[in-house]
Order: sequence, then structure tokens, then C-alpha cells
Amino acid sequence: MAMGKTREKQVQRRRHGLWQDVLAHWQLYVILLLPLVLVAVFNYAPMYGIIIGFKDFSPKKGIMGSDWVGLKYFIQFFSSSKSLNIIGNTLILSLYSLVASIPVPIILAIALNEMNNRVFKKSVQMVTYAPYFISTVVIVSMLIQFTDSRLGIINKLTGLFGIPAVNYMGKAEWFRHLYVWSGVWQSAGYGAVIYMAALTGIPFELYEAAKIDGASKWRKIWSIDLPMILPTVSIMLILNLGQVMNIGFEKVYLMQNAANAQVSEVVSTYVYKIGLVKMNMSFSTAINLFNSVVNLVLVAAVNAISKRLSDTGLF
Amino acid sequence: MERKKTKIKQPTSDRVFDVVNWIILTFAMLVVLYPLVYILSCSFSAPRAVTAGRVWLYPVEFSTYGYETVLGFSNIWRGYGNSLLYMVVGTAIGVVTTVAAAYPLSRKELRGRKAFNVIFFFTMLFNGGIVPTYLLIQNLNIYDTMWAIVLPGSVSAWNIIVMRTFFEGNIPVDLYEAAELDGCGDFGILFRIVLPLSGAILAVISLFFAVWLWNSYYSALMYLASDDKYPLQIILRQILIMNDTSNKMFSDIDALVRKQGVKDVLKFVLIVVSSLPLLVAYPFVQKYFVKGVMVGSVKG
Repeated sequence: MAMGKTREKQVQRRRHGLWQDVLAHWQLYVILLLPLVLVAVFNYAPMYGIIIGFKDFSPKKGIMGSDWVGLKYFIQFFSSSKSLNIIGNTLILSLYSLVASIPVPIILAIALNEMNNRVFKKSVQMVTYAPYFISTVVIVSMLIQFTDSRLGIINKLTGLFGIPAVNYMGKAEWFRHLYVWSGVWQSAGYGAVIYMAALTGIPFELYEAAKIDGASKWRKIWSIDLPMILPTVSIMLILNLGQVMNIGFEKVYLMQNAANAQVSEVVSTYVYKIGLVKMNMSFSTAINLFNSVVNLVLVAAVNAISKRLSDTGLF
Repeated sequence: MERKKTKIKQPTSDRVFDVVNWIILTFAMLVVLYPLVYILSCSFSAPRAVTAGRVWLYPVEFSTYGYETVLGFSNIWRGYGNSLLYMVVGTAIGVVTTVAAAYPLSRKELRGRKAFNVIFFFTMLFNGGIVPTYLLIQNLNIYDTMWAIVLPGSVSAWNIIVMRTFFEGNIPVDLYEAAELDGCGDFGILFRIVLPLSGAILAVISLFFAVWLWNSYYSALMYLASDDKYPLQIILRQILIMNDTSNKMFSDIDALVRKQGVKDVLKFVLIVVSSLPLLVAYPFVQKYFVKGVMVGSVKG
């Protein structure tokens, strides 16, 4: 009876067109209305505002009324000496971050996976995951406290070995290391969860077979664990490579000071300062647009390459 | 007999492995734990012990002076209240929006599913940027209001994907068909079947939104202008990072900091007080968080 009705319905669906389908499930479209309105207003409407990157925007004249200037601001950006410096800083910081943040979570995940003592395993997992919940403001202020040349715990510890105190936050050459490794400290536990999910998905038979062959634990990790989590690694890599030009505004902005400006100015902080502090909105929008387009191309390219190489892609 | 067996099977290299493994994990735990314990200990130490750098691991000259002082700062409590308000309202809006997008997108009956999916997914790849979004907030007349904080982030493609994946994988299609046969509409299915079965994912998504709203300062920096609307993170930034207590909104703090030289200990107290709500709640919600990350990682 039920089967009959379902089949009848399927036949009906095929016979009638789009509108019958829509009418039969009109409530789904009503539900979808709220997120559609929100995404249209807060995500797509600003895309229309991008045209001010090609105009001389003045708040008085509005977006429509302002005069077109074509590529003036793009040319201005690329002919300034600052552009290379900023793009370079952005790339170096995010690539360094990307490379440093891959191995640690993987090692942590494998180590946790091999730990037989459940209580210890749970405690390590809980502790290493915790920093993920600490806000960027607090992380950066912890960095400032810890690296303080007088009271910072890092200088106190290195002082025990007779190493003279260093004002790490005030040294440009330390900026990248502090940024990247505090990031690893904060997110390694979170990242490990993802790889542990992949590790638990490995078929048990593989380990059985390895056991029969007398493989050691090192060998099992090398020949089973690592190859099996490779797809997950490549997905994480695509996700992160696609964000290479999108390095987070929040943390970099907080860590900036006069001493590290030469290496810490990245695209997002520059866009913010030009646009909303100096109120040169058209110039800022132009730089932002260039950045977004580069990002989009990067995501698409990395995705295509990954699909060809390993059959794993995002879309 | 049993013990002997395992002993024989355990080659030396595996025993070395186990030792190395214990060392790695202990090291990882200490590296994460020590800074946190250090901050907590400093916050409970006497100001002069902190200023003299005598705290290493445990509180020196145990004192709650820092906490008592912070209790008296009205600005910090107002920031706390604002953050709480933005977190609750923003989470409610975010979760409702996520369900309202994920549920229809998980139903095969929705025509144009692919197009709708693309509409949401594309926002992960491309956006209008800082200035156009700022202009929009101004044009909508929500600049310097709570709505500028809670509305712009309410559509999160990532959260929608996580929830949609959960619906698709955990709610049998037979249930939909049975409900339809009983004359239940799509609203009814959502409220009487889908939501009651989705407690775990609702918890996960609420947590994602709540943590994000509590911790971020970006939208407040961009879209708020009045002191009395600032969330906690902005106030923390001014005190902890810009080291700026001279602003008139901090006049009470400033006087105190100058007079008694308690600045150092106050910073540690502020770090603890502001991170406490999430770190205390965290062990209880951890399993949901782990679940959420896993659901998301299955189908990024």
C-alpha cells in the first residue's frame, strides 16, 4: 500500500512539472526564505559595493553617484612600493603558518591513537583542545605577558641558562615565529581531532594483517596510518591554501606595533587602515578586491590540482 | 600465561615506541598546561610577588586582591553583560538561520537544491570586503547597534554544511515518507521529526556560534562606536594590549593602576575572568565539539 503510493507519487512527479513540485513542498521554500534574505543582504549586497573600487567614492554622492575612475586605484596600489612588501608579508606569514601547523596535529593524533591508557589519553586530549576556546585578544595578551623582557616567563626561564633577556614583541625578526607557534599552540589539539576521526575510520583488517606479518608499531604508523590519513591531510591543505591571502585580521592586527610594522603589515590590516581609519574607501576596496580574486583563483587551482592527483577535491 | 604471551609478542622496538609515546604526550600536555597554570597562579598571587617576578608555578603569597579589585570595575562588567547579550541573541539567530537553511537543503524534494547550495557555499570563497560591508551596515542604519554584531555572521556556510550533512546522514528518508503519508507537512516534519532527533547537532552549532561570538572583536571594532556598547573583548584589548587605561571610560581603573602598582596582577586576573566562562563550560561540552568537528570533516 505504502509502496504503491510512493510509486504513484514518483510517476506523478515525472508527469507534472516544476510548479507542481514546488507547490507540493511550498513550506520548504518558506523555511528557506529567512537564510536566503540574510545571505542576500549581508553577503551578496556588499559584493555590489565592490564597484566603488572603480570609482572615486564620496559618501555624499553615494555608491551610484560617485564618479568612475576605472583602474586608477589598482594602478596606484601596484605602483606603490608598499604593495610588494604587503603581499610578500601576507604570503610568508601564511605559508609559514601552513607548513608549521600540519605536522604537529598529525603527530599528536597518532600518539593519542596509540595510547592505551584511556585516562591519560582523555586528559591529554582535553588539555590540548582547551586553548582553542581562548579568544585572540587573550592569546595575544598572553604572548605579551610571557615575552615581557622584565617579567615574562620565557625570559625568566632562558635567564636560568644565562641567556640575556630579549624583548621578543619589540623585535621584527621574532614576529613571524611568535605568530605561527602561538597559533600551533592554540590549534594543535583542535586539528588533532580531525585526524583522529580519520584514524578511527581505518579498517581493522589492515592492522590484523600487519600483526600477522609481524610489523612493529613504527611500521604500522608508517605504512598504514600515514597513507590512510593522506586524503584528510590534502583536504586540510586545500582548505588552508585557498586562504593563503586571507590571513586572519584579528591576530595580526593585535600583534602589530611600531617595531614590527615592516614584517607585520598584511593585506587585511592594510585594507582596514586605509579604508576605515584613513577613510580612503575606494583605494581600500580596490586592494581588497584584488586580494579576493587572487584567493578565488587559488582555491580553484588547488582544488583542480588535488582532484587530478588524488581524486579528493572540495567541489 | 596471558602475561607471558604479551611479553613475548612485544618486541623491543614497540616498547621503545610506548616510552616515546608517553614522553611526547606528556610534553604536549605540559606545554599547553603550564602557561594556563602560570596565569592562574599569578592571578591569585600578591601584586608585589607578581611584580617582583617571584611566581613560577603556584600562587605566591596567596591573595584574591586582584579579583576584588576587578569586581569593582563597572566597565568590565558592562562589557561582560554586552558580550553575554550578543552571544545569546547572536547564537539564537545563528542557530535558527542554520536550521532554516540546512533542513530544506537536506531534502531531496527541494527543486533547485544545487543552485541554493551554491548560493550559500560561494560566500565561503568570496565576499564584498571590509569597506562595502561597513557601508552596508551604515546604510541599513544598524551601525553602532547590537544588530551589526549579531546579524552579519548569522549565515555561516560551514555551519550549514555541517548541519545538512548531519540531517542527510542521520534521519532516514523513510521517516519523511511515512510522515508525508500521514499528512504531515514540511513544517510538521521539521518540528516533530527532524528537530527532536537533532539534539546533538543543535548543541554543536550553538557552541560554534557562542564561542565565536564571545571571542571575536572584529565586528565590534568595525561597527560599534559607543563605549557603553563595547563587548568584553574590546575592553580587554584596550587594557591588555594597548595598555591604555587613560581613556575616560577607564578613569577608575587608571587611578588605581597608578596608585598601587597592581597593573601586572590585574592583567592576569582579567585573562582568567574573561576566559573562565568558556573554559569552565568546555569539559562538559567537549564531546559535542569533537562530534561537530568530525561531522564537518567527513564532508568539508
